[in-house]
Amino acid sequence: MSGPVPLGMPAFPDAAAVSTRDARLRATLRHATRTIRAKRGAAVAELDDWRQLRAAAAAVKDRTLRHLDHHLVRLEERVTAAGGTVHWAADADEANRIVTALVRETGEREVLKVKSMTTQETGLNAALAEAGVRAYETDLAELIVQLGDDLPSHLLVPAIHRGRSEIRGIFRDRMADWGRPAPAGLTDRPADLAEAARLHLREKFLRARVAVSGANFMVAETGTLVVVESEGNGRMCLTLPETLISVVGIEKVVPTWRDLEVYLQLLPRSSTAERMNPYTSMWTGTTDGDGPRAFHLVLLDNGRTDTLADAVGRQVLRCIRCSACLNVCPVYERAGGHAYGSPYPGPIGAVLTPQLRGTASALEESLPFASSLCGACYEVCPVAIDIPEVLLHLRERVAEGGEATVRGVRAVVRPARRHALERGLMAAAGLTLQHPGALRSGQRLAARLRRLRPRRLPGPGRAWTDSRDLPEVPEESFRDWWARTRGGASS
Amino acid sequence: MVQRPPRVALHITCVNDTLYPRTGRAVVTLLERLGVRVDFPMAQTCCGQPFLNSGYRRRAEPLVRRHAAAFRGYDHVVTPSGSCAAMVREQHPRVAARSGDDGLTAAVAEVASRTYELTEYLVDVLGVTDVGAHYPHTVTYHPTCHGLRTLGLGDRPRRLLEHVKGLELRELPGAEECCGFGGTFAVKNPAVSAAMGRDKARAVTATGARALCAVDNSCLMHIGGVLTRQGSPVRPVHLAEILAATEGDAR
Repeated sequence: MSGPVPLGMPAFPDAAAVSTRDARLRATLRHATRTIRAKRGAAVAELDDWRQLRAAAAAVKDRTLRHLDHHLVRLEERVTAAGGTVHWAADADEANRIVTALVRETGEREVLKVKSMTTQETGLNAALAEAGVRAYETDLAELIVQLGDDLPSHLLVPAIHRGRSEIRGIFRDRMADWGRPAPAGLTDRPADLAEAARLHLREKFLRARVAVSGANFMVAETGTLVVVESEGNGRMCLTLPETLISVVGIEKVVPTWRDLEVYLQLLPRSSTAERMNPYTSMWTGTTDGDGPRAFHLVLLDNGRTDTLADAVGRQVLRCIRCSACLNVCPVYERAGGHAYGSPYPGPIGAVLTPQLRGTASALEESLPFASSLCGACYEVCPVAIDIPEVLLHLRERVAEGGEATVRGVRAVVRPARRHALERGLMAAAGLTLQHPGALRSGQRLAARLRRLRPRRLPGPGRAWTDSRDLPEVPEESFRDWWARTRGGASS
Repeated sequence: MVQRPPRVALHITCVNDTLYPRTGRAVVTLLERLGVRVDFPMAQTCCGQPFLNSGYRRRAEPLVRRHAAAFRGYDHVVTPSGSCAAMVREQHPRVAARSGDDGLTAAVAEVASRTYELTEYLVDVLGVTDVGAHYPHTVTYHPTCHGLRTLGLGDRPRRLLEHVKGLELRELPGAEECCGFGGTFAVKNPAVSAAMGRDKARAVTATGARALCAVDNSCLMHIGGVLTRQGSPVRPVHLAEILAATEGDAR
């Protein structure tokens, strides 16, 4: 995956060491994730057939991904027949070039944005800005992030790390730079903040002639794109402008409307804990006298085909970006979304980012280890992605090296250099454990030194003793006790 | 026809063997009290979980092989660890499949299908929930992640605890949330691990229980390390030690 990677982005443990000390952030995330977690549980419990829906959702995605080429070509045919134009982008740069050229052709200098993970992934706004085009985010949380010169920290609620009073400050200080200023005397009441955003965005909805969106699903049999949302900003962007450009990852295709039905039941309950989201927009090419007159679909690969080539890792391509895994993740709750150094935070980010971008940098190499393997993410995932399994698979790629597909070519991944010391320790431990006698000698040595129970260990041991006491070493191991009391009763 | 009593092996786990032998002794006491003759195959060392979970599948493979060989031929393998039972049942078959060795795959499948976490063995195989234990203390129970989500232990530990005489069970708020141990996660991501551990320890202390009980000593080592650092009076105790305790024990 190409696209913006913040330069010098620290590895996850370093970034998380800073964010876990931020008491305000911790409290905000704790409250937000726990609230949505409880609501999601209740919404899911309402359906008797949740397990079957989940299994069907995984099976449909797997089957579609096995014949992805076929479904994409079919989609292209149907979109083209309905008056749209399909573009293929191998990576983020190509997608950004295509979109920039399309906007330039219209002669416009500004575009409206519907909340889109894909264009976050490609860094489209920055690419447009370089070309002199201003992109306006219209989703409330994306607006807060954009006005605050900030980065998104959650798939669904990109400004989840911001509290009400901070949002009021951002609106008051920054709205004027982007259009209509915040009303005088703005309070931090949610209704007032929403009204300020509404007024700020309204003039943009009425003025803009070009919009850029993503899509949650693309139905191949009719060439129909689907956006689900809560605020109505998407509906505005998808219907008012003259030109609509949608940038969508190739894994978002489903073959038929019957397949779509499964996901429209799973997604709202998993993401916002709603039975049905307030706005579901669907469009097929263009229609005379109704909606945009020009429609462009940019199909983005950006590492997805390489991910598809990996037998274990490909299951992440089932993801429907619901964010249930973030909301239930104890690591995400403490570290916050920015520590993941990618628009895709949380458990899904820890398995998606290293596959799309590779594991060469310190950040991406650390992401597969950003999990206690508690399995809560797998339990809630509506498309049954076994995130712990993929984490282990990627840990192996980092620690021992292995094979991966890079731009369509099988490549050998070398073991990460930063893991050299650990590799040595693991080799020694592995050898010891191959010899019960050696293990026994080690246990006896530890027992002899048991009185030296330091409160603080030096060097890497500090990672344990900075926050936890060491366990007491017993006088006698279990195997010595067994041998002494039941001596030689067994092999 | 005289039925041969089942051959039962104790899979102690490397953590219990080295640091918590009293848990192993408690399992032996408990099972013998219930009429089970327990064997301890000396060839066992470690199930390989620390290696596999850190990305060293190739280093885990010989330990998987050793484990399958050490427990070959037993009718039941019982282990006082949800995490290690999950490793044997879920991960050993995967490691064996990746090795391409059909013999290993067969050997592993054999042992995996006969491996039980202690509470599963008591409730499902022996069919007991009242093991005749006496533990006159307040206790709170933390369901550890692999027992809870991988093995699906459900209410087995709770049912066993509810039958312990004198024991008062205190609800642990947020019980199903991970304590933050996570094996090498505890030292690779110490800040997040410690933050999770502190939250868990605070919830434990707030129950007012005297003891914190779980089916995994590795998680208890982490939570216990935080508890003593926080000066909390709560002490961690493996479930097996509670179930092994009887009226006569001086505690």
